[in-house]
Amino acid sequence: MSSGFFSQYGSEMVTLTLEHLWLTASAMIFATLIAVPAGIWLTRSPRWARPIIGIANVLQTIPSLAMFGFLLPLPWLGEHAARIAIVALTAYALLPILRNTYAGIRGIDPSVIEVARALGLTDRQRLIKVELPLAASFILAGLRTATVTCVGIATIAAAVGAGGLGEFIFRGVASVDNRLVLAGAIPAALLALIADGALGLLERWLQAPAK
Amino acid sequence: MSAAIEFRNLSFATPQGRLLLDNISLALPEGSITAILGRSGSGKTTLLRTVNRMVEPTSGEVLVHGSNVRDTDLIKLRRGMGYVIQENGLFPHFNVERNVGCVPETQGHPRAARIRRSHELLTTVGLDPTSFARRYPHQLSGGQRQRVGLARALAAEPRILLMDEPFGALDPLTRAEMQDMLRKLLHRLKKTVLLVTHDLDEALYLADRIVLLEEGKLIADLDAAEFLSATQPEIQSYIRAFHRGERAVEQNANQAAGTPNPSETAK
Repeated sequence: MSSGFFSQYGSEMVTLTLEHLWLTASAMIFATLIAVPAGIWLTRSPRWARPIIGIANVLQTIPSLAMFGFLLPLPWLGEHAARIAIVALTAYALLPILRNTYAGIRGIDPSVIEVARALGLTDRQRLIKVELPLAASFILAGLRTATVTCVGIATIAAAVGAGGLGEFIFRGVASVDNRLVLAGAIPAALLALIADGALGLLERWLQAPAK
Repeated sequence: MSAAIEFRNLSFATPQGRLLLDNISLALPEGSITAILGRSGSGKTTLLRTVNRMVEPTSGEVLVHGSNVRDTDLIKLRRGMGYVIQENGLFPHFNVERNVGCVPETQGHPRAARIRRSHELLTTVGLDPTSFARRYPHQLSGGQRQRVGLARALAAEPRILLMDEPFGALDPLTRAEMQDMLRKLLHRLKKTVLLVTHDLDEALYLADRIVLLEEGKLIADLDAAEFLSATQPEIQSYIRAFHRGERAVEQNANQAAGTPNPSETAK
């Protein structure tokens, strides 16, 4: 890519990257706020685990372009492309977070949970002092998977006009301009790698004290 | 009212209908050390767990210091009892000091007091706080972990101590050391202790009473000396299974040194 390309598209690249980041970050915040408490609740009522995780699984299998299409005609969502994008991305991020929260807590050594109960920790204390810290690296691994998935899928959001780096890709495909495709794809890939790396470091740091 | 723990017509059946405890009545005086002996599946762990309501009985009741456990606040009840199990259940993400102080922590005691208490208890169970307080459970040996588990159980100064096969996973020498430590400790602390074990030697060494369970039924409730001289077949089979190695060696030695076998001289 020549310097002429950057002078022409540079500022737009920054805007679209920020847009991309904003879509992904909002979706991740919503997904975390939904899936972590839901995962905790499932560990308390395990008979719901299969159906609920099943639903999240089905959401995950919907092709992303179709998902954006489905949401388009909905009243409140359809008015705003960014809303559609955030809802769709949230839906995709649910499964990994939900599954890992559930599995992370269920995977804790049962004797640890048993003693926590027998020593008179309240349910809340058991959750905050024992279960969440012990499942933290697992939950974070779920967040990591979800983030990388979202950064990728967010490129499709441009199809419904929600912006983000997909904008360049779609434009590049339409005008058979590989430079434009790359101008979208490379920053998107870098975003995914950076997010993955940062969360990976956090995961390692959380894991350090316990074994 | 003098009983610290009392079981009244206690029964427990699994949801599948298997009867694990069959109409057990038993009173344990304050300050007594009682071993619940029995083979695997005899219901001894279940009986222990009804005391802190980790198991809710199907019928009958459990009284602790005269009041029905069902009417006692669950959290308060459990904090008033130390609990030690074979797998120790130490919190892997807490260091030794915090593990020991975790009950005072949940009760909102200040940090400095918790740490002081925790170091005091580590010394009590034979671990030097200066070298152990900051270690994590995975950096300890099995015996050391059990010591920490015991210190944690004592942290809130409970009047009752529940122990479920506390030394079951340890090698015989470490187990003997732990038993020595516990024996001295219990004589000093004067707590009501309920100790589940399948080891007759451990029961005799640590407890002043032995309760034998079989298939959920109470077979015997005797003091240690009575237990050894009892003639009930269930107790006899327990005693026969005890010190077998010693007797076998003795027998072999007698055979080798004693009068030659007449059938062999005939050859």
